[in-house]
Amino acid sequence: MEALDRVVKPKTKRAKRFLEKREPKLTENTKNAILIKGGNANLTVTETLKDIYALKKPFAVLYKKKNITRPFEDQTSLEFFSKKSDCSLFLFGSHNKKRPNNLIIGRMFDYHVLDMIELGIEKFVSLKDIKNSKCPEGTKPMLIFAGDTFDLNEEYRRLKSLLIDFFRGPTVPTIRLAGLEYVLHFTAMDGKIYMRSYKVLLKKSGCKIPRIELEEMGPSLDLVMRRTHLASEDLYKLSLKQPKALKPKKKKNISHDVFGTSYGRIHMQKQDLSKLQTRKMKGLKKRPSAKMTEEDEGISPKKLKSV
Amino acid sequence: MAALCVEELLARAEQPHRSVAVEKELELEFDLGNLLALDRNMPPSMPRAAGAQRESRLRSLARDNTQLLVAQLWGLPAGRAEGATGPLVAQLPEPSYRLPREKPLPRPRPPTRWEQFARLKGIRRRKRTSLVWDEAAKQWRRRWGYERAGGDPARDWLIEVPAGADPNEDQFAKRLREKREKVARNEFNRLRNIARGALPGRGLHPTGQQSRAELGRATQVARVSTASLGRFQPRLPKEPPAPPPRGGRKRHFEPLLGDLAAERRRQLELLRGLGSKKPPLDLTRAVNKQLREEDAQAAAGKGRKRGQRGKRGRQRPGGGKGPAGGKGKKGGIRRRQQQQRPAGRKRS
Repeated sequence: MEALDRVVKPKTKRAKRFLEKREPKLTENTKNAILIKGGNANLTVTETLKDIYALKKPFAVLYKKKNITRPFEDQTSLEFFSKKSDCSLFLFGSHNKKRPNNLIIGRMFDYHVLDMIELGIEKFVSLKDIKNSKCPEGTKPMLIFAGDTFDLNEEYRRLKSLLIDFFRGPTVPTIRLAGLEYVLHFTAMDGKIYMRSYKVLLKKSGCKIPRIELEEMGPSLDLVMRRTHLASEDLYKLSLKQPKALKPKKKKNISHDVFGTSYGRIHMQKQDLSKLQTRKMKGLKKRPSAKMTEEDEGISPKKLKSV
Repeated sequence: MAALCVEELLARAEQPHRSVAVEKELELEFDLGNLLALDRNMPPSMPRAAGAQRESRLRSLARDNTQLLVAQLWGLPAGRAEGATGPLVAQLPEPSYRLPREKPLPRPRPPTRWEQFARLKGIRRRKRTSLVWDEAAKQWRRRWGYERAGGDPARDWLIEVPAGADPNEDQFAKRLREKREKVARNEFNRLRNIARGALPGRGLHPTGQQSRAELGRATQVARVSTASLGRFQPRLPKEPPAPPPRGGRKRHFEPLLGDLAAERRRQLELLRGLGSKKPPLDLTRAVNKQLREEDAQAAAGKGRKRGQRGKRGRQRPGGGKGPAGGKGKKGGIRRRQQQQRPAGRKRS
């Protein structure tokens, strides 16, 4: 327990709980996100940040003040924020003449920037502008990625991984089927990425599976990829490493037949077959008289030979 | 008959709006633990489609993909939460899409001194009861803490002087002192256990979170980790120049063609000294120096006996003090050797 292994031990239980929440664990907490406004953030960018904050509540923190930093040049302030608020995802919005309506989406590993991708907002429709009913806060969204670019292009692949990480929410063991209310659909097409959020309406159909009707609900963004800062291969591999304890244990020496019969395999040590314990047949036991006759028989052929 | 035909027609007309089947070229990839679906088909390219047309195309694509994902989710083993009337709940599998972790894997703690000893001896932890029967109070009281069994020893208004103790000794002060010593020893052992966790290579691997001092130490170790122990390592561009070697046994020679001005200055000084009428040896200074050396030797003679006793006593706890003690000894020997040099020798 690292909270107790520090030189300055925590003096209260509350402090100890605080430290234990932040230390590295086998199964990690849900990732939190910080949403930061840059030096010159215009209306589009602030509205985008607010909408994404609404989607990601309660696992997000929206910073109210403007922070004049340039993430691509200097990452120290972002790392400082991440360390203070224990957030490993960030979304930085800014605007200037060279890069209008800029959004930098990124994630951290061990409070240091792992990946950062800069996206430009071409078109933005806010939650407020679409007058439809919305879904409750904290719903786990369904994520769909369409387009082969998300697999072929390395940067798009990392972007896909980033977006999944960003929007997926807490990992749950069970889910209420009627509560699947909302879907985020990302399409990579013609060099742009279209993000749409729809509210899912489950309609009756002939069979058990309901028919889906979609209703445009939430923020819709048309994004174009600008600069990227991707982690090196080995750092990325290090961050992907999962603890061995979580891997499901394979049962060895068990195999299954096509017919469903399961076979087990036992490995034995080498046995001395002469000392094998078999059934004793008392009748076949050697008697002393039989032994003597055997000896005579054994001797006589020799004598015959010599003669 | 006509009515029946009309009904059939209506039913057939309604069917395509209610079907759950979706046609796709390539199968989608699903990760139900994350409620994720990946569509590898090429999206219908619409470079110059107007806004509304594009939206409707995107929406239909999204609808198809969502339909497939929901079909998969409905295929999961489901049960009813909270009894027979509760909501229908599906069991999600583990998420299969690999995402990077937030923090590195937790490092296992090295065992403490006690834990090592216990493992060696085979001592296992005994589970203790949380409450203890207090005879005096005829109650179950906690083992330690507020209102403990046996009374709080710090609140005693009377302490009996034990049999072999000095009657004038303050027992209360003694108890307080012992408690303080216990706490201090506990703290010392805890810090020692933590320091033990710092293995020799611990501060040297790049973690990205090291302080300036740690990085300095790491660079120093890196410099010395060559076959010639860092003697021929060039300095980095902004690194400060090497500190002059202190206490080196070998003599230090100036480079042959180094500073010409300094050489010239030295030669002229020498000539001036040779040409002057003043004697090179300052008698008063020499005599004072000799007296001082004699005093120092006498003091060292007394201190050596005491020092040796102290060193022997210090060597018992922990090997961690070994190299530090060794360095001290060497320095002491050198210091003593310097004092024994003849007095008349001029120190330049």
